[in-house]
Amino acid sequence: MSDLPVLTILIALPLVGALVTAFLPGATARLVGVGVSGVALVWAVLAALTSYTVDGGMQLTETHTWIEALGVHYALGVDGLGLVMVLLTTLLVPIVLVASWHEADAPGNGGSRAFVAWVLALEAMSLAVFTATDVFLFYVVFEATLIPAYFLIGGFGREGRGGAAVKFLIYQLAGGLVMLASVIGFYVVSADAGRPSFLISDLAALDIDPVTQRWLFLGFFIAFAIKAPLFPVHTWLADTTEHATTGTSVLLVCVLDKIGTFGMLRFCLGLLPDASQWATPAVVVLALISIVYGALVAIGQDDVLRLIGLTSLSHFGFIVLGIFVLNTQGGSGAVLYMVNHGVATAALFLVAGYLVQRRGTASIRAMGGGIEKGAPVLAGIFLISGLAACGLPGLSTFVSEMLVLIAAFQHAWWAGAVAVTAIVLAAIYVLWLYQRTMTGPEQVDVRDLDRREVGTLAPLVLALVLFGFVPMPLLDAINPYVEDTLAEVGVTDEAPTVPAADDTGDHATDEAADGAASSQGGHE
Amino acid sequence: MNLTVNAGAVVLASEGGAVPVVHPGAADGVFSLLWLVIALPLAGAVVLLLGGAMARGALDRVGHWLGTATVAGSFALSVALFVSLLGRSEEERQVGQHLYTWFQVGGLDVGMDLLYDPLSALFLLLITGVGALIHVYSIAYMEHDPRRRRFFGYLNLFVAAMLVLVLSANYLGLFLGWEGVGLASYLLIGFWQHKHSAAAAAKKAFVINRVGDIGLSLAIALMFATFGTTDFAAISAVSGEAGQGTLNALGLLLLLGACGKSAQVPLQAWLLDAMEGPTPVSALIHAATMVTAGVYLVVRSNFIYELAPAAQTVVVIVATVTLLWGAILGCAKDDIKKALAGSTMSQIGYMMLAAGLGVAGYPFAIFHLLTHGFFKANMFLGAGSVMHGMDDDVDMRHYGGLSKYMPVTFLTFAMGYLAIIGFPGFSGFWSKDKIIETALAENLVVGLCALLGAGITGFYMTRLMLMTFFGEKRWSEGVHPHESPKLMTIPLVVLAALSVLGGVLLLGDFVVDFLAPVTGVAEHHEPPLAPIAITILAVLVVAVGVGAAWYLVGRQAVPREAPQDVSFATRAARADLYGDAINDAVVVRPGLHLVHGLVTFDRVGVDGAVEGGSAAVGGISGVLRRVQNGFVRSYALSLLGGVLLVVLALLAVNLA
Repeated sequence: MSDLPVLTILIALPLVGALVTAFLPGATARLVGVGVSGVALVWAVLAALTSYTVDGGMQLTETHTWIEALGVHYALGVDGLGLVMVLLTTLLVPIVLVASWHEADAPGNGGSRAFVAWVLALEAMSLAVFTATDVFLFYVVFEATLIPAYFLIGGFGREGRGGAAVKFLIYQLAGGLVMLASVIGFYVVSADAGRPSFLISDLAALDIDPVTQRWLFLGFFIAFAIKAPLFPVHTWLADTTEHATTGTSVLLVCVLDKIGTFGMLRFCLGLLPDASQWATPAVVVLALISIVYGALVAIGQDDVLRLIGLTSLSHFGFIVLGIFVLNTQGGSGAVLYMVNHGVATAALFLVAGYLVQRRGTASIRAMGGGIEKGAPVLAGIFLISGLAACGLPGLSTFVSEMLVLIAAFQHAWWAGAVAVTAIVLAAIYVLWLYQRTMTGPEQVDVRDLDRREVGTLAPLVLALVLFGFVPMPLLDAINPYVEDTLAEVGVTDEAPTVPAADDTGDHATDEAADGAASSQGGHE
Repeated sequence: MNLTVNAGAVVLASEGGAVPVVHPGAADGVFSLLWLVIALPLAGAVVLLLGGAMARGALDRVGHWLGTATVAGSFALSVALFVSLLGRSEEERQVGQHLYTWFQVGGLDVGMDLLYDPLSALFLLLITGVGALIHVYSIAYMEHDPRRRRFFGYLNLFVAAMLVLVLSANYLGLFLGWEGVGLASYLLIGFWQHKHSAAAAAKKAFVINRVGDIGLSLAIALMFATFGTTDFAAISAVSGEAGQGTLNALGLLLLLGACGKSAQVPLQAWLLDAMEGPTPVSALIHAATMVTAGVYLVVRSNFIYELAPAAQTVVVIVATVTLLWGAILGCAKDDIKKALAGSTMSQIGYMMLAAGLGVAGYPFAIFHLLTHGFFKANMFLGAGSVMHGMDDDVDMRHYGGLSKYMPVTFLTFAMGYLAIIGFPGFSGFWSKDKIIETALAENLVVGLCALLGAGITGFYMTRLMLMTFFGEKRWSEGVHPHESPKLMTIPLVVLAALSVLGGVLLLGDFVVDFLAPVTGVAEHHEPPLAPIAITILAVLVVAVGVGAAWYLVGRQAVPREAPQDVSFATRAARADLYGDAINDAVVVRPGLHLVHGLVTFDRVGVDGAVEGGSAAVGGISGVLRRVQNGFVRSYALSLLGGVLLVVLALLAVNLA
């Protein structure tokens, strides 16, 4: 496999699939779509298992000159961060396609053919974003994701989706424009340094003066803050999840929004380390506001899909917090959080979608409860997904949330103290939602999940439990990436004030020993 | 820090006593099976909860037996482990088992590690022993419930999580069990979720527990920042080097967690509502085991508390307030389960008090925890048996004279009653007496409060006995009280025997010496009175309480309806001392106002400001209009335009 352009093939699979399905009848398009995205998943997993080593650094790289005069390259590669995002994306797409089986053909929607084609196009563009190692290429595919996303929001879902799609587009466009300025800025800086290049590896080697870094940082950060989203540029999110189909919401919130936090890591921390340290206090405060604000506003929602959208505001706050406290627990916690949030929120959106289909409304008040007895599987998966959203130990989200909490506390005790309130607020929004939609006197007319629906949720629930108890396979890939990035930024973890002798050291890994050794330079 | 060798064990010398360092040896021989204690009920839970799809019919028939068998198996293994532990010398009674690395990032290395020592050994026996009895009882109690298989699945899940809690060798593993029992508690309180009250009570319990978890989470974060680890062994070796402020902060944060799980003031409000769960759940989770986890946490963290005197003082204050608070609630409740729940809160207050007293108190905290586990489980199951015979009526005002109709239930309940009030010779007598004695030696006011609590206990328990088993029968037509089936009465008999005989654990100071490798050896403190005088005093105080109950309740007929023209004190106690009202006024209502305010702000304020602001700055409103008119339908075109613009701009810069 090593001689093949593995990543190009990975991107090409859904791209070709999109072009083909666009000309097929709906029923065939669905089958082809699931087949193509399934092959992409297998391809990605095989690549991860056979051709990727967890030592860190960019791997599976391909570099071709694209526009020589501008130093633009078609350059791909994955490191720990890119790898887990690629795996998340390829996992969720076939699930979304199966979950939306009949939905796109419902009256008023755009039909299965268009839905499948746009979803595959979105997958291809997202994979390109997560594997691009050239800033210009990244920018192009970053903007390109908006096309399928716009049509998925505008063409499928509930009343009012047109307005939501426009709002989505305006916000994203505005972010993209600001980022464009920074992209051009990178070109200027690299051209000034001698040879224009957009390759991340070249740009990382540049020594950019602090003031320029700050301007470039702002451009990227604003774009990524809108994408992620972060308070106060988040309002497009809940409008979108309220009106789009839940399949679209999964792709938007669980994959596309991750581009925001992915970009913060790749470009802000990776290329603009001084500016990232400079911006840390402000970003940490914004992240903390997002965590608490998102959770509080979620508690007050009556629309279940809007509610879930807003919980993500809180969760993205955690991810951004983990990224910008600049220590290894925070960094690894944040990347792991990106994966876990993707899985947990996908499950929650899908099961909530099944619920809304059955009740004919997304209003919690109008729905009434009384489902648990008649539809125990639906209720059970709803509860597990919800508990994952509030970070229950034993589910994968706990590990990442705890890592970020520990990291935030190390950064500043008050940051940890503010962030930790989310564990109460999350319990309130999840369990109150569960109480109002699932419990109470029985309603007989609700049928339980069928096999197709269970089939879409089972892999997600399985992943939540499995990675809750055994998260090391993911962390083994993530840790080297985070250590490299923080070394690039030039920070080391603070040493414990009263370090305990490691007398249980039989299981201490080499990395742990390295980490402890390298952290000795910190404060006493 | 001053390391000395004491009785073969490494100890950390401190004021008022010595805390041993945790230093587990390898898990060989029978100890290599430690993981199986957890795995058995966990496997039971998985099969019972997920197996429905494959073999619903068969599992519904045998599921309850399967669930009981897994816990009984764990109990057998726990006994074997306990015997092996007794066979070892004192300094070798700590065994560690590393299963695998849970997660490792940088300097944070968290193992799925188990620690088996005298403290966890006693908990294992209590959890699996009482757990198995309650499983047996539940077979009959839940016989007519169509979801009995699921009930047993949840019970098994609870037992597995509780075992993780007490066997884990680090705070993160403990937290896994801690939240696991919280989940099981949530599922079981809300088991009859078709009742709105049950669903609400389940949510309330979980949310209040999560408030406590803030403390536990921050404690874990602070531990990592301070010690670079969350392992008991590693922290216990160096805790003495940490600053006083850090140690007190750790102690207070852990106490917040303990308050949530163990229903201590101010996080007590969930426990009475939790009685919405089926009665076996109340017996197992909300009396015998889970609610005592806070006591376990404090005793387990002795290497922190012994060095954090301020935090210890707060533990004592919280415990003293709670032991009186719960006792007062118990006096006014007519719902038999809620009266018992108030009593549980009060008794955990006693345990917490002992734990707050430090090395001298730890073994008695655990001793009382064990005897309470026996007699309170006994009485809760007895209450369940009464309800079973009374068509699930819980109002004691509708009982009366049941001793004739339910002789076994009555006699076994009476053993629990005598144990809890501290009748000389019964298990509770020994354990509570020791706590009062230790408290008096430490602080006169606290000791007197503990003594007063014993008197109130005598009052409310006698009231409960009189209203339930004695006097005129007050039940309505159509109710036919009857004795419960064997599967329910046999566990009652066993637990009654334990309630009577539990005191043997104190013979030759067994429990104190056995726990010494964990809790340390106390310096001798002279109580203000001779121990025998304290004992006599305590018995007298209890006798006054019992007499008062007889005077107020036993002499006259109990009205079927609760009288309304009662004193302020009674009204307050009936209203849970306004715990809910305070929560409502201080937290819930302001919180809801905040939420609704923010929702409006989000819709009008943020959205408006961002859209309006960007429109003003960037002239986006013009674009907006055109897009809404459908003019710029093809975003692809504008993207192309954007890319062209980039290229032109770059070329311009390049050529310049």
